[in-house]
Amino acid sequence: MRDIQQFISKTVSDAVIEQKQKFTVTVAPEQAYSLIKALHDNEELPFDYLISLTGMDWEDKLGVIYLLSSSGDLSKEIVVITATEDRDNPLLYSVTDIYETAHLNEREAYAMFGIRFINNPDMRRFLLSDDWKGFPLRKDYDGNPGLNPITIVNKEIVDIAPRIMEDAKGNLIESTVKVFEDDDYIVNIGPQHPSTHGVMHFRTALNGEIVKKIDVKSGYIHRGIEKLCESLTYPQILHFTDRLDYLSANINRHALCMCVEKAVGIEVPPRAEYIRVIMDELNRISSHLLAFAAHCNDLGATTAFIYGMREREHILDIFDKTCGGRLIINQDVIGGVMFDIYTDFQKDVKAFIPYMRDKLKEYDDFFSHNPIVLRRMIGVGNLSFTDAVSYGVTGPAGRGSGWSCDVRKYKPYSLYDRIEFKEVIRTEGDSYARYLNRLDEIEVSLQIIEQLIDNIPEGNIVGTVKPVLRLPEGQYFQSVETGKGEFGVFIESKGDKHPYRVKFRSPSLSAVSVMPLICKNELLSDFIGIGGSMDYVIPDIDR
Amino acid sequence: MDVKDIKIKGLPAEEFKDNDTLQSYIDQLRAGGTPLVLGKLDEVVNWGRSNSLWPLAFATSCCGIEFMAAAAAHYDLARFGMEVTRNSPRQADLMVVAGTIVNKMAPLLRRVYDQMAEPKYVVAMGACAISGGPFVNSYHVVSGVDKIIPVDVYVPGCPPRPESLFYGLLQLQRKVKVENFFEQRHIVRPYNPETLTDPDTGETIDPGTGG
Repeated sequence: MRDIQQFISKTVSDAVIEQKQKFTVTVAPEQAYSLIKALHDNEELPFDYLISLTGMDWEDKLGVIYLLSSSGDLSKEIVVITATEDRDNPLLYSVTDIYETAHLNEREAYAMFGIRFINNPDMRRFLLSDDWKGFPLRKDYDGNPGLNPITIVNKEIVDIAPRIMEDAKGNLIESTVKVFEDDDYIVNIGPQHPSTHGVMHFRTALNGEIVKKIDVKSGYIHRGIEKLCESLTYPQILHFTDRLDYLSANINRHALCMCVEKAVGIEVPPRAEYIRVIMDELNRISSHLLAFAAHCNDLGATTAFIYGMREREHILDIFDKTCGGRLIINQDVIGGVMFDIYTDFQKDVKAFIPYMRDKLKEYDDFFSHNPIVLRRMIGVGNLSFTDAVSYGVTGPAGRGSGWSCDVRKYKPYSLYDRIEFKEVIRTEGDSYARYLNRLDEIEVSLQIIEQLIDNIPEGNIVGTVKPVLRLPEGQYFQSVETGKGEFGVFIESKGDKHPYRVKFRSPSLSAVSVMPLICKNELLSDFIGIGGSMDYVIPDIDR
Repeated sequence: MDVKDIKIKGLPAEEFKDNDTLQSYIDQLRAGGTPLVLGKLDEVVNWGRSNSLWPLAFATSCCGIEFMAAAAAHYDLARFGMEVTRNSPRQADLMVVAGTIVNKMAPLLRRVYDQMAEPKYVVAMGACAISGGPFVNSYHVVSGVDKIIPVDVYVPGCPPRPESLFYGLLQLQRKVKVENFFEQRHIVRPYNPETLTDPDTGETIDPGTGG
């Protein structure tokens, strides 16, 4: 990282460079853009992947934390921090033209903190409605429900986006722009639609039955989890992670537990690590099975849906016997796991492995080569490598575009540095590649479980944890690979027993933000199929 | 009619909890007496209606997945005549609200409910739909769907297991069985009228039959 340090000092002379948990650079708002641009264009090690963009309120300042990484090597990470003291009209420069994924994240930062981004082409609020009073994640937010009452009055959707642009002379010009053209034919897909995989709202402009433009509207399940976390203790916020991406519940929870454990320095007993990883992989299989089932159902194959759900029940039974939960299993706790495995756990898991292999063959026989399936998936919803990186699409979808982005490989956590497994990569970038990736990853997960299941060590299932947990002052990051891609947890602590700020990096948000791009000029009926192949979970996006 | 006379899938009334509520419901409905012929016709029609309740899954989050699991092979909702999940509210008898309802969703939930044809029923599935669940303190969560629409059956759990959902649906079937279909007599639960006020003008809104 020394080269990078010199590189940064050369680009921005008065940048403050620190080695915290991550390599951290603090710069003035005017310089943030040029620094990030330089890091992105750096030829030796391009930081071309924006993992997360986190809005912050430090009370005296409002700012943003960028977590950058390189698509070639995910283990290289840089944190860039910038902040402005103006609370009434906070303005920062947008990085949308460098990273496409910044677009929705900046709109979210506007809704939550009131920070507006200069040169972002569309500065409407994301998640919250346009007339929401106040900025919820600011520390001085007035939470009086009377200000924003619950109503059943339907509101007209206004497709006019405000924005603030800088012209060549450096003057800031506020203007508005129409999201759709006047004579566009617009169809609302969602928010209550069975094939949007949740309550996502796609405003879709059509040209005949060809998709011309999509405007993504979200927030129909925005539950304000990040704000809720700020008033709870660390063990109390664990259950929220299960309810973000509920299909990868245990993996999300693993991320938060690890983030806290690393910050406090808690050692997790080996037995707990084994149980965690086995449960994670079972969880991943069940997530992929549901993705397979729902995707096939979207294409009209109800049989495949029934089959996928049938196999999934076997995993849920194992969860049920271990900890009593089926979907949301509340298994991981800070320092270990809540429940030990039951007597026949190993026997049940070992019985499941050949059963699942057999079923994978069955899927291959009756569905994967079906001519209708092939015509609706091959060459449909093409996502190029560059776009996958720019939009931050990770997981099976990103790996379908040839991007080697498995967090388990690049930033190994828990036992993954000791396990041998293959990263499934395809380069076609279409729906079929994403579909096949998921089925192949089920096989990889089975292999991982096979390596662990006979070697679970004896011992405690929870390490020594203090009754009241206080995280030392600082910023803590942790990424894991969920069924959908890179899920990240960010905690800023002021040394209190409550976190000062919690942010979850959602892999599904990237998957949805790329939908307008990959669905453009595709048939409306294929839009649903492409959505199935991206496999997003909406509560994970809305948080 | 007595609560003991209502049988669902051959299960005797004693197998169910809270028979008192249903009994008082029957007493209210039968307060004015029932004509003999219509009463018999009601029984026939209600037998058919209760065994073919078509649900609309208003699934917003985790509970929606458990609803899917309940509809799939292992649990098989079809055993109760409810496998025909409708995507259009116009064709549905029953709305299963599965998941958290937030401020932004509230008008849409009401609108979908209004679009359903009478007689219609609502099942609040899971802690969030009942009371806001773990998110009740949030700035953007409705603390229970009964603030927006009347609810017939509450199914607790986070998320409820498919078995719990089935129990709730069986309870609903019992409720349907006692109704006076031809006289159009059924009791709608009261709900918080606050949401029926327009926050901008202060006027009361008549939800009507929806558009």
